[in-house]
This record gives sequence, C-alpha cells and structure tokens, in this order.
Amino acid sequence: MIYLTRRAEFSASHYYHSPAFSPEENRRLFGKCNNPHGHGHNYVLEVTVRGPIDARSGMVVDLKQLKEVLRQEVIEVLDHRFLNEEVPAFHHLIPTTENLAVEIWRMLEPKLQFCELHRVRLYETPDLYVDYFGMQPTASTGAAGKQEKELTAGR
Amino acid sequence: MTIAQHNPAVHLTRRYWFSASHRLHQPVLAEAQNRELYGKCNNPGGHGHNYHVELTVAGPVNPRTGMVVHLGELDEFVQTRVLEPFHESYLNAQPQFQNVVPTTENLCLEIYRIVKEGWRQLPSAQQATLERVRLEETTSNFFEYRGDSAGTALSPSLM
Repeated sequence: MIYLTRRAEFSASHYYHSPAFSPEENRRLFGKCNNPHGHGHNYVLEVTVRGPIDARSGMVVDLKQLKEVLRQEVIEVLDHRFLNEEVPAFHHLIPTTENLAVEIWRMLEPKLQFCELHRVRLYETPDLYVDYFGMQPTASTGAAGKQEKELTAGR
Repeated sequence: MTIAQHNPAVHLTRRYWFSASHRLHQPVLAEAQNRELYGKCNNPGGHGHNYHVELTVAGPVNPRTGMVVHLGELDEFVQTRVLEPFHESYLNAQPQFQNVVPTTENLCLEIYRIVKEGWRQLPSAQQATLERVRLEETTSNFFEYRGDSAGTALSPSLM
C-alpha cells in the first residue's frame, strides 16, 4: 500500500453566520469572520489517495486523471467564488474550513472510482488546516458510516 | 441531507511558535560523558531555537457552529498556558525541567501534558480530544506525541 498526495490551490471568500443565533451571538461567536461582506483565503488542498503500485505502470494512480478530477470537481466549483452564495452546499451550512474539507471529500469521493481516497487536507492559512478521512466506521458509528457511503454515492 | 446531520469527525491542526533556549546536560553523567552524548548542545551557555508547535484536535463538527473547536478559545488557551510561559525563556530554568533534560522530545511531552490537563478550559472542545502535539525544533528536526503509554513517563532516568 502506498500513499500519493496531490496539491492544488484555490481562492475563495466566505463569512460565518448561523441563522440559529441572534446577530449578537453571531458576532460574539464568529468575531471578524461574521463580517457580512466576507473575507478570503488562498486555500491549499492536499488530496491523498492510496493503493498498491500497479506492476506494469509503476504507479498508484494516473496523475493526469487525478489532476483532471480535482480541477473539474473541486477547483472549477470553488475557485474565485463567494462560498456562502455561489456553492449550494453552503446555502444552509456554515463554510468553515471543517465543513469545507468534508464537502470536498463528498465532491471527490464518488468521482475517484479509479483509486481510493484516503485523506483530504485543507489549509486555510499556513497555520491552520483540517484533515478529513471520511466517515470512520467504528463500533458506534458503523451504521452511520455505511449510510453516509450510500447517500454520497447516490448524490 | 446536510453535513450537520451526520457530524463527521475531522482533525483540525493549528500552528504556533515560540523562541526559547536550552542546554542539554544530564547531571548524573560526568562532564566528559555529557560532551560526548550531547555535543554542541552541551555548551554551558546554552543555545536557542524558534520552536514551532502544532496542536491537532480531533472531534465531530458541531452542527451549530460548523467548528470542531472555537479557534479564538484555542488560541487564547495556548497563548496563556504554553506560549507565554515558554516564549523567550531558558527552558532549563523552568520548574518542569529541574530534573528532566529539556530535549525537544521532553518538551513535546510536557506541552502535551499541559494541554491535556487544561482541556476543560476549552468549552467548545468538550466533544473533541487532543490528537497530537508536533514540536519542530528546526526545519529538519521534529517530534510528535499522540499520548500513547510508551512516552508518558517524564522522568530523569537515563537510557
């Protein structure tokens, strides 16, 4: 088993606001990130896939294919966008880096049939990043993990 | 179907830095043995590093806030408990290192202990856990601790 990581960058803006909270609570909880005009980041995305090395090609995955899926499924959708308004997933979900990493997994996973997605790492800044490994099947969440897989595949 | 309904677990890593000096010296060893073991790091005047510390917090994304831990809360906690005490200090003079050599391994364990002990001061992270402390002494040397039982003994005993 070998792990391969591909890096890609995109720039996007967002702001944090939850309709479940009052305006004062939103300001207190999210601080500057609650500014309704939003603010932006140069996000750095690392996508790690894993698998055996193909005996004939010497590769774990066709990099061109992986790069194209990243471009089409993630970068085209997110780059130079106002996440809250232009990306449907964030119409009802706060575009924190946590949620964005999970959403990128959901965008990619069904399209990566030619390899196995291991990790999505998303840097908001060089000092802050989030890792998502998919729903982890454990004794208590195994059923939820399976359900998640089915729902994701059906999207 | 929203992410919130499933509360997926993520790992969030935040990176900080502080500067400190230290001298690697084990009092139970002879001077010559210290010099042989620690080399330049045994120089009596000590020397310094810009340490970079990464804390990784693992837990479910809170469906109301979209967060695994409130960053402002984490930053303030780390500032008070880790950065303030160690920044621009001589590590050997710190109480924790009176009987422990302040190698970066031991400093990494100490930071893990400090964060773990103060975890209740992070109300937003009570569903989450400390996954990892990574401490970089230089760009070429770094140490990680995940709290396994093998490294819990912070004792002055030698190899």
